[in-house]
Amino acid sequence: MPNFYGLYILFAREVWRFLKVSIQTILTPVITVLLYLLIFSSVISSSREMLPGVNYLTFLVPGLMVMAMLQNAFANSSSSLFQARMNGNVIFILLAPISDFEFYLAFVGAAVARGLLVGIGVWLASCYFAVVPLSHPLFALLLVFFCCGSLGALGLVSAIIADKWDHISAFQNFVIVPFSFLSGVFFSISDLPTFWQRASHFNPFFYLVDGFRFTCLGVSEVSVLTSICVGAVFFVLSSFWALCLLRRGYNLRS
Amino acid sequence: MDAVSIDGLSKDYGSLKALSEVSLTIAEGAFFALLGPNGAGKSTLINILAGLTRATSGRAAVLGCDVRRQWRKARHQLGVVPQELAYDPFFTVREMLTLQSGYFGLGKENRPWLNELIVALDLEDKIDTTMNHLSGGMKRRVLVAQALVHRPPVVILDEPTAGVDVALRAQLWSFIRGLNAKGHTIILTTHYLEEAESMCEKIAILDRGRLVALAPKDELLSRYSWRQLRLQLMPESTVVLPDVLEAKRQAAPQGELLLRLHREHDHIGEVLAALEQTGVKFSDLRIHEPGLTEVYTEVTEANNHA
Ligand SMILES: Nc1ncnc2c1ncn2[C@@H]1O[C@H](COP(=O)(O)OP(=O)(O)OP(=O)(O)O)[C@@H](O)[C@H]1O
Ligand SMILES: [Mg+2]
Repeated sequence: MPNFYGLYILFAREVWRFLKVSIQTILTPVITVLLYLLIFSSVISSSREMLPGVNYLTFLVPGLMVMAMLQNAFANSSSSLFQARMNGNVIFILLAPISDFEFYLAFVGAAVARGLLVGIGVWLASCYFAVVPLSHPLFALLLVFFCCGSLGALGLVSAIIADKWDHISAFQNFVIVPFSFLSGVFFSISDLPTFWQRASHFNPFFYLVDGFRFTCLGVSEVSVLTSICVGAVFFVLSSFWALCLLRRGYNLRS
Repeated sequence: MDAVSIDGLSKDYGSLKALSEVSLTIAEGAFFALLGPNGAGKSTLINILAGLTRATSGRAAVLGCDVRRQWRKARHQLGVVPQELAYDPFFTVREMLTLQSGYFGLGKENRPWLNELIVALDLEDKIDTTMNHLSGGMKRRVLVAQALVHRPPVVILDEPTAGVDVALRAQLWSFIRGLNAKGHTIILTTHYLEEAESMCEKIAILDRGRLVALAPKDELLSRYSWRQLRLQLMPESTVVLPDVLEAKRQAAPQGELLLRLHREHDHIGEVLAALEQTGVKFSDLRIHEPGLTEVYTEVTEANNHA
């Protein structure tokens, strides 16, 4: 018998946790994005056309939304679980009749919730600079889900593997940040030298950004279906990794 | 049915055998003490029962539910107070208890019980305090409450009184005794042997991963066959003992004579008569019956030589 109520309470606990510190978990990332917009809007001429019929600021907003969502989804599950491991209070969850899969669902669910809230916050704030429409809301939701879900799962993975906070921030600073900067948030990858253009096609974040940009603006560099497929595969793989670690009890049930 | 049954349980950490081939059963309703020196494997055993650690080999079950195969049921039956003072700094006492009860699938209907726990453990003043603002003893009490949110029939307390002051210790013990009286099986570890001796009916002693004793308390105590006779000597008394008694003599402070006597073979009356004959004069006499401390020391030392 699955423990639905236990799953719901664990999910609620995770959401409650980040809402208790919402200045840091919601407001700060929104303000960071606002600063990007402020800087880029004053440095780069907004009349510059990035994709057919899309000026720079409008081009920028969907990418920044995805970047903020994925970074925050990762931060949520990784910091919550790692802190619980370091404090020792993770045992209260491990003692309860909650399965590995329920554990995974609750943490990844909360990561998606935080990503979603940050995404909405960024969109609202960006309206001051450019009102970006949502042309394909269903595709958008699907991509946001894959994006936050994958990063939530990777957050779990890093929180399980890490032995100190250093390891978490290393993963954040040497993997998540570079991959999101190189995913075509700030530029169109067709402006890149051929090598980097090819390399970008191996970066899953590129598909998330490009696909999400399509669901907003209706234009993209690769087909949105490709992006959704890549997103789905990325989500399945990262979830599989997280679930394997949970099943083995790696670093949790020694 | 047994509250806990453990069969050939081993746990290796690399080359270290934290537990080797431990088998024991604990009857339902028992008040059971698990004793042993630091690093004996007590917490390891408890963690295996709780599903926090996985055994290398062997089986463990709580009320007949295997802790690996029927883990969900086993966890419902078990409440564990961990040895480490773990707490969640984000939440208040009430929030913690509500969450913990939720993890076990219990919602609003469990409120009255949570309130009862809060009163019983004297936490009313602290329910809206976040955990990191509580003192160590208070955190310990919250841990006890958390372990009991789902009314588990089997309760394991891993050193519940470590770092707890005298008054709170007495209070905790009377609370735990109350639980036992209501039918909960109690299993505890402690390094205060007098506590175990005065409370528990059955005792297991672990040492370096091996079960070195498992018996009802009285039987264990009677197994130790020595007692001490301590005499307060008169100032003028000189002590020259015949060889038979000299062999039983133990080191004692100035002005005292200490003899280690066998419970069955040495008759106190005969010993005193023999002393009288050699001219030993004493003003006072005390007999020290062995307690758990002596048994414990003997058993664990025997294991060290084994
Ligand atoms: N996660 C772990 N990794 C490696 N060794 C461990 C681990 N946990 C426990 N041990 C080792 O297993 C042995 C048993 O430890 P355990 O915590 O069960 O002892 P204990 O009887 O509870 O001691 P104490 O009275 O100090 O609490 C010790 O030698 C300990 O160092
Ligand atoms: Mg211990």
